[in-house]
Amino acid sequence: MKKIISLVITLLIVLSAFIIPVSAENEIFSTEVVEYYKSLGLQGTTINVYNWGEYIDDEEIDVITQFERLTGCDVNYTTFESNENMYSKLSGGGVSYDIIIPSDYMVERLLSEEMLLPLDYNNIPNYEKYFDSEKYGYLVENGISDYAVIYNVGTTILIYNKKFVDEIPTSWKVLWDEQYKGKVLMFNNPRDAFAVAQFALGQSINTTNMADWDVAADYLLEQRKLVKPEYVMDEVFIKMESGEYAFATYYAGDYELMVENNPDLGFAFPEEGVNTFYDAMCIPKGSQNKKGAEAFINFMMEPEIALANAEYIYYATPNKAVLENEDYSLADSEAVYPENLQNTQEFHNLPTDTLQYMNNLWMKVKGENDAGGLYAGFFSAIVVIVVILIIHIIKKNRMKKYYNV
Amino acid sequence: MTKTSPLAKLYIALVFIFLYAPMVVMMVFSFNSSESTYIFEGFSLQWYERLFHDKVTMDALKNTIVLAITSAAIATILGTLAAVGLNSMKNKHIKSSVMTVTNIPMMNPEIVTGISMMLLFVFAGAMFSKRDVLGFGTLLVAHVTFQLPYVILSVLPKLKQTDNKIFEAAQDLGCHPLKAFFKVVFPAILPGIISGAIMAFTLSLDDFIISYFTNGPDFQTLPIHIFSMTKKRVKPDMYALSTLIFGAMFVLLILMNVAQSRSDKKQRSKGDK
Repeated sequence: MKKIISLVITLLIVLSAFIIPVSAENEIFSTEVVEYYKSLGLQGTTINVYNWGEYIDDEEIDVITQFERLTGCDVNYTTFESNENMYSKLSGGGVSYDIIIPSDYMVERLLSEEMLLPLDYNNIPNYEKYFDSEKYGYLVENGISDYAVIYNVGTTILIYNKKFVDEIPTSWKVLWDEQYKGKVLMFNNPRDAFAVAQFALGQSINTTNMADWDVAADYLLEQRKLVKPEYVMDEVFIKMESGEYAFATYYAGDYELMVENNPDLGFAFPEEGVNTFYDAMCIPKGSQNKKGAEAFINFMMEPEIALANAEYIYYATPNKAVLENEDYSLADSEAVYPENLQNTQEFHNLPTDTLQYMNNLWMKVKGENDAGGLYAGFFSAIVVIVVILIIHIIKKNRMKKYYNV
Repeated sequence: MTKTSPLAKLYIALVFIFLYAPMVVMMVFSFNSSESTYIFEGFSLQWYERLFHDKVTMDALKNTIVLAITSAAIATILGTLAAVGLNSMKNKHIKSSVMTVTNIPMMNPEIVTGISMMLLFVFAGAMFSKRDVLGFGTLLVAHVTFQLPYVILSVLPKLKQTDNKIFEAAQDLGCHPLKAFFKVVFPAILPGIISGAIMAFTLSLDDFIISYFTNGPDFQTLPIHIFSMTKKRVKPDMYALSTLIFGAMFVLLILMNVAQSRSDKKQRSKGDK
């Protein structure tokens, strides 16, 4: 036992030697900036940040560590993978966060339920300096900018493989083309998947008319029958890069990530329109350290930090300093910064009954083909069990005959 | 000795391939020099290097290990005590009903356990007007709860095997009951305790659902962290991490087996004398 313990300890020591302490690197910020964050008096405080997974740079600049170093404020950093899960955690109680980063429709929902605190822009001087408020002026008009600062923006996009597709697709309807059977990847979340069908049908993606949703669901079912699409989220990277699929629907910045590993890929913005989205930094009610949270939002807009994040995430940034920076590698990307996009639509918060209806329809869309397989599997399992039982009984009877008679 | 038929050999080979092929693939690609997950472009340790520089992941790993060790230790002690108590119960009906009750957390779907735990903690927090109850403490309680039945189930059979008369004989010869327990009963049930502890440890290590509902902003475990990456790509440094964890588990299990067989040998040679 002792030997085991000592072995484990030596292993741990060897492993910990690998963890090279953060070296005293060159200062990336100007003295003014350093002094500003030092003067905020956040030393010894804590903020709880709740962000999407893989949605902050930790390679070029370790953003969290730098913030902790400059302000002396500890960051508890945790991650979520969908707006809905973030919402349930936030509204479940027993926790309080200081920063959350929901998407557009979730910001609206949180606002309508009065779960956000208004921001004090005196504590976020970088907003005035670097935020592209011309382009995103509509947020000021509808009052959202009082509560949220955009972190990233993006659109959905149609990704195709030039090996299978000869000409640039112009319509979402190619995803209904039978010749690409088994080679189509669709979003595996109801809102984005329905949006594809709704764009193809020319509907509003925020319709509250149940009949519209029925039509869209039927259209998705038709697609299931015609091309047998696979519904994926992060697997889309591996699958598109492997070059075995013709089409995928995903988010624009992620196309740039994929094309780095598979140059055969191309993208298109279908003429029926695409969904534009944003993720924004907000302070939820119950925040224990609002000043710290505002300092964090301000810090995320520092040109150096915003650049590092933009290069890490590959989504479009609303930060003017990054867009003007010559080192920014994505500035020329037509996928990330498209010009003259037409017919774009944003997601808005839907009433609960519409959401419920959509989720039920989504189950139906995804379920119908699986059900056949499920029944077959269930049936064959029963057959196997019955056969095993019969063999068992026969054996038992034989044993009885041989030994008991 | 009977000869194994080639069919049986083939079957075993298939089973092992299905069990280990995914892990082998993951290990191979953790050494890939590019980010690609379908072409091996060359050997490199870059993902391991990146892994150790990834503060959030390393924090999550540290949290997971701390939680697994503490919760397994508590569950092992509580579970062993419970098993001893259950074993010495005289009334059969009470005994079986207590067993059923302790087994419920094991049978219960994890999501039910998780949500009910969360509700309980939030409710208790509201009662004592404590705002942010969810955190390490609640995770610890939740993990100990679902580990307990496994520990009890692995200790109880060992207790049944040991002859209670030896324990009584030790006391007859003037041994204090507590000392008699540690001298006589404890060594006999030690294998059960150890396997229970390992079970509890590994269960805690890979639990996702219950942790998901009971964790707080200052304590995120590794499974939750990895799951949150599913909108973006799961990076190869996660393969590196999984490879390391698998390796550590493998070494631990081999060491346990070696220790076990040695102590068995010792006992046998003692018995021979």
